[in-house]
Amino acid sequence: MSKRIFALLLLTILLGTVLCGCGGGSAATGSEEQQTSGSAGAAVQGGEITVGIAQDLDKSLDPHLAVTAGTKEVLFNIFEGLVKPTPDDELVPAVAQSYQVSDDRKVYTFTLRDGVTFHSGEAVTADDVIYSIKRCAAAEGDKKPLVEAFSNIQAVESPDPRTVVITLSQPDNEFLSYMTTAIIPRSYANQDTAPVGTGPFKFVSRTAQDSVVLEKYDGYWGTPAYLDRVTFKIIENADALVLALQSGAVDLCTHLTSTQISQLDEAAFTVREGTMNLVQAMYLNNAAAPLNNEKVRQALCWAVDKHAVIDLVSDGHGKAIGSSMYPTLSKYFDDTLTDYYTQDPAKAKALLAEAGYPDGFDLTITVPSNYQPHMDTAQVLAEQLKAVGVNAKIKPVDWNTWVSDVYVGRNFQATVVGVDASYMNARALLERFTAGYGKNFINYSNADYDALFQKALAEGDDAKRAELYRQMEKNLTEHAANVYVQDLADLVAVRKGLDGYRFYPIYVMDLASVHYVK
Amino acid sequence: MRYAARKLLTLLFTMVIVSLLTFAAFSLIPGDPATARLGMDAAPEEVAALREAMGLNRPLGVRYLSWLAGFFTGDLGSSYSYSSSVSALVGQKLPATLALSLLSFSLVVLISIPLGVRSVGRAARRRTDAARTAVNQLLMALPPFFTGILLTWLFGTGLRVFGVRLQLFVPGRLPAFSVHPGGFLLYLLFPAVAVAVPRIAMTVRMLHSTLLREMNQDYVRTSISRGSDRAGVLYRHVLKNAMVPVVAFLAQTMAEVVAGSIVVEQVFSVPGLGRLLLGSIGSRDWPVVQAIVVILAFWVVLAGTVGDLIAQRLDPRLRLGGDRR
Amino acid sequence: MKRMNGCLRAGLILTGILFALIILGFFWTPFDPTAMSGAEKLLPPSLRHLMGTDSFGRDIFSRVLRGAGTTFLIALCTVAVGAVFGTLAGALTGYFGGRVDAVLMRLNDALTAFPSMLLALVLISLFGSGRQNVILALGIVFIPSFARVTRAAYASLRDANFVAEARLMGAGSARILFVHLLPNTLSVLLPALTIGFNNAVLAEASMSYLGIGVVPPDASLGYMLSEAQSMLASAPWYAVGTGCAIVLLIFSVGLTGEGLQRRRGEARYA
Repeated sequence: MSKRIFALLLLTILLGTVLCGCGGGSAATGSEEQQTSGSAGAAVQGGEITVGIAQDLDKSLDPHLAVTAGTKEVLFNIFEGLVKPTPDDELVPAVAQSYQVSDDRKVYTFTLRDGVTFHSGEAVTADDVIYSIKRCAAAEGDKKPLVEAFSNIQAVESPDPRTVVITLSQPDNEFLSYMTTAIIPRSYANQDTAPVGTGPFKFVSRTAQDSVVLEKYDGYWGTPAYLDRVTFKIIENADALVLALQSGAVDLCTHLTSTQISQLDEAAFTVREGTMNLVQAMYLNNAAAPLNNEKVRQALCWAVDKHAVIDLVSDGHGKAIGSSMYPTLSKYFDDTLTDYYTQDPAKAKALLAEAGYPDGFDLTITVPSNYQPHMDTAQVLAEQLKAVGVNAKIKPVDWNTWVSDVYVGRNFQATVVGVDASYMNARALLERFTAGYGKNFINYSNADYDALFQKALAEGDDAKRAELYRQMEKNLTEHAANVYVQDLADLVAVRKGLDGYRFYPIYVMDLASVHYVK
Repeated sequence: MRYAARKLLTLLFTMVIVSLLTFAAFSLIPGDPATARLGMDAAPEEVAALREAMGLNRPLGVRYLSWLAGFFTGDLGSSYSYSSSVSALVGQKLPATLALSLLSFSLVVLISIPLGVRSVGRAARRRTDAARTAVNQLLMALPPFFTGILLTWLFGTGLRVFGVRLQLFVPGRLPAFSVHPGGFLLYLLFPAVAVAVPRIAMTVRMLHSTLLREMNQDYVRTSISRGSDRAGVLYRHVLKNAMVPVVAFLAQTMAEVVAGSIVVEQVFSVPGLGRLLLGSIGSRDWPVVQAIVVILAFWVVLAGTVGDLIAQRLDPRLRLGGDRR
Repeated sequence: MKRMNGCLRAGLILTGILFALIILGFFWTPFDPTAMSGAEKLLPPSLRHLMGTDSFGRDIFSRVLRGAGTTFLIALCTVAVGAVFGTLAGALTGYFGGRVDAVLMRLNDALTAFPSMLLALVLISLFGSGRQNVILALGIVFIPSFARVTRAAYASLRDANFVAEARLMGAGSARILFVHLLPNTLSVLLPALTIGFNNAVLAEASMSYLGIGVVPPDASLGYMLSEAQSMLASAPWYAVGTGCAIVLLIFSVGLTGEGLQRRRGEARYA
């Protein structure tokens, strides 16, 4: 029997984790505020707004090559896949009108929607879809395909101009989520600089380090955007961002800190709070001395008071965590690990002495400087570590430098960032730390951990798999893989008179629903 | 004309040295531009091919010459961080910095010269002299970024003083010159003032002492003792002579104004070369950094030369081909 | 000993007080400058916290004291580097003259063509940020100005009678350069030192403000000011207190320099 699925397919476990600095601010299900905010009024068509973003976009605006979450959240407005996510944890057909999955879950048949056009005005054809998917599935030499899960694709065909059939080598329950991969025109060479997609907004211009401008796409197939024009203004300086909001230069801004929020005029803004759905921690390079010594890492955990960090950095907003899982993934989240380590300087000192560092040591914490919450957290942690004799220096670096040195080069001692599961994906949060995994930037290597992960992969039963994941989390906590801190609060400031901002379960910023009210 | 020719020769020579030093410095930086552009995952063959294509295998001297040739034809290479040419990036940011520097420089000239002359024109008394020195030193001690922050606080955050909202500009929202020239200039006025204040103080002080010394020259004393009007002598003879070192000093001020802009652009979020420079240093986008450094340095050297040439027009000794020093 | 003028006296007194405070700050501050307190965030100035507290509940006055110390030390080291190498280069070229002099002076002119801030930025991007690198970069930046000043002084004294006499007495070049001539250049060198110091303070603060100088958790006036900027609306005292500390430091040393120059009996041409 083939199962026909329209809207209500709820996927919580998908593959692939995207890492982001400030974090993938995907305030999720269970975010504390509902969709409507106080100022309910009639939605007005038209108008323009300026959105403040804290980092410049990647050098390429090609959706398939986008690396950082900050770029992807902007591109979300320009591109769509065959299916697309909704604020309610669903995947709904977008470029496709409908799809069918075969009984063996190896054949996906998509029927394309009529009347979907690229911003260039051309209609989307099956060839464009095949091109887009094959582009992301292509593996050249040692290089992994752009979307790793696509290595599972055996064939992509179109039996007729309105249908695309994808055949997999292995059944994959989570495959559909990857069909959010952007559909791009086959014969268009300038995605890097002037992206063209099918989304509710079209790209207008980009000024390096300054802004990106989008305009409403009139030929959009679905519910059109309310706003005529959106300018993303890049303001890397946290201070300048506040002033820009306060003064009216920016109308909407996400991922703010409570300090930033406290500067704002309450009468002028509606503040919405969700969680970022990320694991903020001081990530430790488990291969670098002296952090390769488990006792040293445990000592660092005992030295830290994460609740104090949350109080100081975000006035108590944010949820303490104890392992690589955040509370929104409630099925997998183990709250008993949160306070596995409590602040105990005496114990920390004793462990350091055992490890051969009775007088402490020098620690360098590399932090992407454009993310104020991470900089602040690092400062508080450094202060707390001082009490046990660890002399921590903060090394602020540019985001690109962070990616190349820390994340790719793994040339660091400790770093404070947030690791995000932008596809609501418990598995990827944990797979990251298996030995030999490409994104295991902390060089965590633990045989038990890897064995548990293999067991979890083979486990068909959801509940049992969740249990195995929890054991993996416990393993990370016990061996002090990292100094876990919190899932940051995602504070969004929206100028009064604007409404319709919706939190998504993944790291996107959907501006199509934002509108002025009368 | 010999003087002018020599000055121009020196200008060229200095430009060559400046650009060579900059070019060499950024060639010394560890890290391979080809790898930087392709990313860490690039295959060695790809890197080798790109190195060849970028001409990185040629000797430093050859690369410098071709870069310099590119510099004068507007081809500055391409940025590592943006899929864009360096000249396009720089071109976008140049107007704001240019406007800011010129505005700031005009403020210095227009305010400091009258003030400096006034300070001599009146008979100086001990007490006012002490007060003047103190105020002068205090203004000289004001770092542009601090003044900038204060100005932002006073006029940018909507501060209310006695119920009056002082907001005169919106930090981070610089109106485009083509759309709203008045707003553009008003916005830039604040960073320009922040940069100009200490330079004005320095120029006034410099002008003051130069004029005083000149007033004590024999020809002035004689002239005054013969019954000439003090102010008349001051304006007719003294000022002209005193302007020679002042012009040289003002040319140097251009250098400091440019440097000040780099910092102050950050304070006021002005999308200019300074912000691009800092961002590019952060993301190690060396082609952009290199281009901006050389452009700013050229500008400064050029200002210096223009200053020298003006000084020569003012000073007959120099016009005859002698040297000022 | 020449007479002290009012400017010099006021400058020395102010500098002395600041210097004493800074020294004190190395050993004692009212609060631990890095200690945080969630209960005392962003308090306005009071008797307990003279300049209020910052967003981590740290005492701003203590941080300003310690930060001024950091800035002071860096400026001192920078000036030392610049003065030692600059004086050396200026002495050699000024005294011996000749082709080396001509070449070095051209190079010197080229270096002065860079606005100092720009040169410092280039050097920092070569070396990387951090305290030592800031000192090194700024030190290099200040070499040309010292070289120029000393060169002029040495060149003017080269043919003085007492030098010729010393030469006749059989004194070596090194002895003439540093025992006979150096003390005679002090009247030029001292004001140059104060100017250099002020430029160093300014440059260090600017760089830290831009986030490429001294990094947290080290207290640094420039970095504090960049933090303070984000709290202008709700805690203006943070920026004002920190900024005034920088201004005061530059002001008092500048006054001293002005006094030194007046004592020399002629105005400086910057």
